[in-house]
Amino acid sequence: MTETAIGPRKLQIKWAKFRELNVLVAFLLLCLFFYWRRPDTFTKPANLAVIMRFIATFGMLAMGEVLVIITRGIDLSVGSMTAFTGVTTAWLMLKGVGNLLPPVGMVPGILIALLFGILVGIWHGLFVTKLGIPPFIITLGTWLIARGVAAYITRGYPQVFESGDPFLILGQGTVGGIPISFLILLGVAVVISVVLNYTPLGYRIYAVGGNIEASRLSGVNVDRVQIFCYATSGFLAALTGVILASRLGQGTPVVGNAYELWGIAAAVIGGTSLMGGEGTVLGAILGSAIVGVMQNGMVLTNVSSYLQDVILGVVLVVAVVYDMLRRRGVWKLRLWKK
Amino acid sequence: MVLRMEGISKAFPGVQALADVDFELAAGEVLGLVGENGAGKSTLMKILSGAYRKDAGRIFLYDREVDIESPHHAQQLGIAIIYQEFNLTPNQSAAANIFIAREPRRLSLGRFVSFVDRRRMEREAQEHLDRVGARVPATALVRDLSVAEQQMVEVAKALAVDARIIVMDEPTSALGEDEVERLFEIIGTLKKQDIAIIFITHRLEEVFRIADRVVVLRDGQRVGSMPIDQAMPENVIHLMVGRELGDMFHKEEAEIGAPLLEVRGLARQGVVEDVSFTLRRGEILGFAGLVGAGRTETARLLFGADPKDAGQIYIDGKLVKIDSPTDAVMAGIGLVPEDRGNQGLVLSLSVLENVVLPTLDDYARAGWWMDRRSLRNTAQDYVDKLDIRTPHLEQKAMFLSGGNQQKTVVAKWLASQPRVLIMDEPTRGIDVGAKAEVHALMSRLAQAGVGIIMISSELPEILGMSDRILVMAEGRVAAILDREEATQEIIMAYASGEEIGSSVVNATPGGRR
Repeated sequence: MTETAIGPRKLQIKWAKFRELNVLVAFLLLCLFFYWRRPDTFTKPANLAVIMRFIATFGMLAMGEVLVIITRGIDLSVGSMTAFTGVTTAWLMLKGVGNLLPPVGMVPGILIALLFGILVGIWHGLFVTKLGIPPFIITLGTWLIARGVAAYITRGYPQVFESGDPFLILGQGTVGGIPISFLILLGVAVVISVVLNYTPLGYRIYAVGGNIEASRLSGVNVDRVQIFCYATSGFLAALTGVILASRLGQGTPVVGNAYELWGIAAAVIGGTSLMGGEGTVLGAILGSAIVGVMQNGMVLTNVSSYLQDVILGVVLVVAVVYDMLRRRGVWKLRLWKK
Repeated sequence: MVLRMEGISKAFPGVQALADVDFELAAGEVLGLVGENGAGKSTLMKILSGAYRKDAGRIFLYDREVDIESPHHAQQLGIAIIYQEFNLTPNQSAAANIFIAREPRRLSLGRFVSFVDRRRMEREAQEHLDRVGARVPATALVRDLSVAEQQMVEVAKALAVDARIIVMDEPTSALGEDEVERLFEIIGTLKKQDIAIIFITHRLEEVFRIADRVVVLRDGQRVGSMPIDQAMPENVIHLMVGRELGDMFHKEEAEIGAPLLEVRGLARQGVVEDVSFTLRRGEILGFAGLVGAGRTETARLLFGADPKDAGQIYIDGKLVKIDSPTDAVMAGIGLVPEDRGNQGLVLSLSVLENVVLPTLDDYARAGWWMDRRSLRNTAQDYVDKLDIRTPHLEQKAMFLSGGNQQKTVVAKWLASQPRVLIMDEPTRGIDVGAKAEVHALMSRLAQAGVGIIMISSELPEILGMSDRILVMAEGRVAAILDREEATQEIIMAYASGEEIGSSVVNATPGGRR
């Protein structure tokens, strides 16, 4: 690399980071705003824990969406999957499976639920890659099926844990004031971020999102890459489902309604492009943090709950429009060097 | 003068794409606009067609100064541009495309409610199609038309807006020989109607055949403009590259070794039938044939990109199973595809990432952690070796010129150290200088013992670069010729499926194997 080339390269790297910086600045401004409006309550440890739990839930789902959306897919099943896996884990631990299986312990109960998440994700991936079914459709199918199955096996009744069950620590416990679920999110975020940035698989995920045919002709096993993304999304939905069941103290088929849309919204606010090829873990977390802080702050400042949705919707649209405008600058350059 | 452009300048971040370029065009003139990739041809034409705004300079149409604001405005001014990738909607009829957004109306009920006069639209579209001599029914769906016919629809579309200036960007690159002839006839017809044509091409011989005048751009500047009868191919090339070029298609001798790749009975229903051949170490095997003869399809079958119905592939005498490109890469085969933008590169990724894409696993320590330093070193190594002109490794591939993109695709495969490299039209659409570099590179690879399959529609390239030539016709191997016995005439005779008894072919006994 020659001396002259260092300038633009540094600039480009700065620019690449800049996108998340925008989201970060927006997030910090929001925090400042709500701190200014409610200095007494906003930074209370209890309130911060509420925000962190919110981020733990939607950040997890948003990360799965980011992976799938990078490969130009979408996963509409994750909200229903949280219900399905929450019910599964509760049912296994409290009731077992009829005469076949007595109630199981906490670890197998959780692991089986996570395994279900992965299997459903692989199922989506196989339909998308081997049969060419649009991801929207196949995951829409699961959106109905997963919640339906959850409601059917429980006959609609929540499976309630007794208070003091060690399982409840997962969703309700804290370490030094920080919710365990939030720590789990950070751990998972680090792992996925490392996969995306430091492993061959991560490079391939971006390559497949950028141009699937060129990637295939470069010897990339594009089916496997896509299946991995759906499987991870399924796994993260299952993990979210387990944590939600623990937090609520019950596995219930009505949990997680429309969470997939919140996950997608958080991913998009965090800079993930629905055109594929772009998106980061940090963006997903920051996107869900923005949604979390806004929702929390609006409650604290007594904004009407009806108006809250309106405001969040406006934020989403602004984020997408901003992304489009930024992209248009890129498009011009692309035309020029055709 | 129909058109006069004066002192046109345009800069992009980091590049002066055009600097003070003058340009003029007379009615009924066919002007050949030539220059290497990145010389500024496309930029100049995009300014003319309103896709870009100029930084400086003036444009006069019929001696009246105009400020071209948008592609729509350019169209109103009678300027039409036909890009390499057509702007047609495949699921609509030719007529609907010709009259897109200007459909004849009837039963107009005020400004917002009216109906398309379909019959009139089709009738007038047919007139325009007939005017260019296209034997295309106006009612045919564009997706059912051949590339050449789609191009005629584009020309008809330009006529329908009453264009006085038609810009054709690389119009022949996707056409077969016959179709090129048809296009030249059409250009002749347009010329008689006093329409001025700007013809951008990389094939100089075409300029000398049909242009009245040639304008040469280099590095954003006009370096030459002369009537065609005063121009010589050598000095035009000299102007384009600004340096002397050696023998155009010259393969340096390489030692031809043991058989490396053996293909037996490769077939895919309706596309390729019973293709067998052997490729030796250090050999360049040229694949000649007309467009649609099954050359690209054979390459794709060999590479596992499409499923094959039959056939075995042996490497070093051992049967290998190739059912996917992944298998092919594992077996040491690389493919430089014809369409580098859509198939060769991930344009949204950096040069670095594109170069290492087939070999990512080689850079993973402990099987998963990418060694970024060795990744960078490898990529930088190939960028230097192939002289890929990019400001830095993180540059996105979409910002490179055509020639540098092609070199990046080649770099990607060199980094995988292939034993067999398939190159599909390796120099199509790249400039003369880059072309020579790609050829030199092929020679070096062959000398290093790589077996190369080169698909090319340019016969001089086939004859100059190949050790042996496999001619395909209608999905079959028509002949495999040694370099010494091959001439353009013989190859064309086999490629067009002429009778074996014809005089040309008879002149080379044993030519067919």
